[in-house]
Amino acid sequence: MSQIQEVEASINELKHLFSPAAMTGETMVLNLGPQHPSTHGVLRLMLELDGEEVVTCVPDIGFLHTGIEKNMEYKSYLKALVMTDRMDYLNNMGNNLTYCLAVEKLCDISVPERATTLRIICAELQRIASHLIWLGTSGIDLNASSMLMYCVRERERILDLFELISGQRMMTSYIRPGGVWRDVQKEFISGVEDFLAYFPDKVADYERLLTNNPIFIGRTMDIAVIEPEKALEYGMSGSSLRGSGVNYDVRRAMPYCGYETYDFEVPVETGGDVYARYQVRIAEFYESMKIIRQAVDRLKKQNGPVTSEDRKFSPPPRSELHTSMESLIHHFKLWTEGFSAPDAEVYAATESPRGELGCYLVGDGGPKPRRVHFRTPSFLNLQALPYLSEGYLVADLIAAIGSIDIVLGDIDR
Amino acid sequence: MGLEQKAGDLGVVTARLEDVVNWGRTSAMWPMLFGLACCAIEMIATQSSNYDASRFGMELMRPSPRQSDLMIVAGRVTRKMAPVVRRLYDQMPEPKWVIAMGDCASCSGVFNNYALVQGVDEIVPVDVYIAGCPPRPEALLNGFMTLHEKVKKEKLATWS
Repeated sequence: MSQIQEVEASINELKHLFSPAAMTGETMVLNLGPQHPSTHGVLRLMLELDGEEVVTCVPDIGFLHTGIEKNMEYKSYLKALVMTDRMDYLNNMGNNLTYCLAVEKLCDISVPERATTLRIICAELQRIASHLIWLGTSGIDLNASSMLMYCVRERERILDLFELISGQRMMTSYIRPGGVWRDVQKEFISGVEDFLAYFPDKVADYERLLTNNPIFIGRTMDIAVIEPEKALEYGMSGSSLRGSGVNYDVRRAMPYCGYETYDFEVPVETGGDVYARYQVRIAEFYESMKIIRQAVDRLKKQNGPVTSEDRKFSPPPRSELHTSMESLIHHFKLWTEGFSAPDAEVYAATESPRGELGCYLVGDGGPKPRRVHFRTPSFLNLQALPYLSEGYLVADLIAAIGSIDIVLGDIDR
Repeated sequence: MGLEQKAGDLGVVTARLEDVVNWGRTSAMWPMLFGLACCAIEMIATQSSNYDASRFGMELMRPSPRQSDLMIVAGRVTRKMAPVVRRLYDQMPEPKWVIAMGDCASCSGVFNNYALVQGVDEIVPVDVYIAGCPPRPEALLNGFMTLHEKVKKEKLATWS
């Protein structure tokens, strides 16, 4: 048995977090989580309540701190990739992509066109899958329990496609530095097309269930309102920020993977409440499908490699090993030591389903990174939760947690 | 099952007490609604439309440990979370079972570092380990069935 003990915090240590009324018993201090069905993971909230009204909300995070960033410092650049999958576990492909973009920037690796298109298809499918889980779980929070059943049904189709190309449903590690792991089968392309034909009707179904539903509107409209200035001050990003009327999307602001060449809208709503954030994400379903449709059309025209031709960074095909001495050496070097990166620092950012996901990567000239840091959107979005919930009821707090779409793996890493 | 005799139209079935109770325990085993990390998403998938754990009488996930029989440790257990997991386990009424779902809960998987408990069996007794990172829903269902087999073999003398 290892030595694990509970540390009791005395009242005096926590007193400064609450108002003086909490000490006299005028208001009640209530603990929510870390095991609570509506905190979307292991988030703990310390609430000071005046009746049903939230006076103070103090998030306590760290229940899922895994030490991923530290672990990555001890692995070669390729091996560190598998750690990123497990960070934000609803956006595995997006995490891979962010990390790979940073590595490619650091080492100056060029990525073939076909790989870039595949990356966009994967990232957008992942966005749809992540929003489906958000819709399902926040539906349950608001007592629309059937939403999860519908949403997971559609999500399984996306996971099947991921399994087809990478062999894994969730932890794909499909996007690698220099391109993608390997080319897709033609079944993948037809599978994506089938999904695109099937999915719009389903989103329309969700909208029929929720968008004009008076109970849903009552639970979400004018709840947890945040003004655009406040949202920016808190560092919010992604759909939660766009629900407050700020048109900021990394795919537009700092384009990567050639997003600037795709035709899509960035949905923006001005309400700033839970309902506006819901509307933004529903609209993003359609925009993601639009992007995937264009990408599939491009993919059909693109032939060629899906990994970088630079053998210093991407492994040679298996067939070359029997005929080429250089390939054998490269293969051996890559799978034992790994490639070296220069002593420099880079920042690469992508638009994850939750917002701006950035990777700050420092190389030290060797095969392992000196420091990897992720600027994760959930962490910054969660900062706004006290502002979003204070003054509302406890039931509205649950709606607010759902609406900023936090993933605890993304917050704590 | 051990049904030995069916007495005509009287509607009486005789069986051993052990068999009947164990059958009852396996047929309505309520898991606790308690997700930690990635595996929780696969647990949601198992509970939902495509895989449907209600075929095993396990669709009713209780958020309260006091109403649940089975703890599925779905994900990595950090040192900060470990006392919470243990307290939840202590709050569950007997009889209770634990499934360590996934590599992280079984042996901390790819994370051999300062932050994680190296396997949840350091803090609670585990009945079934499920491999995979994360395990597929089929693997979790197989874990359920393995646990059911185990429960069906339990003896009167060891009942808690």
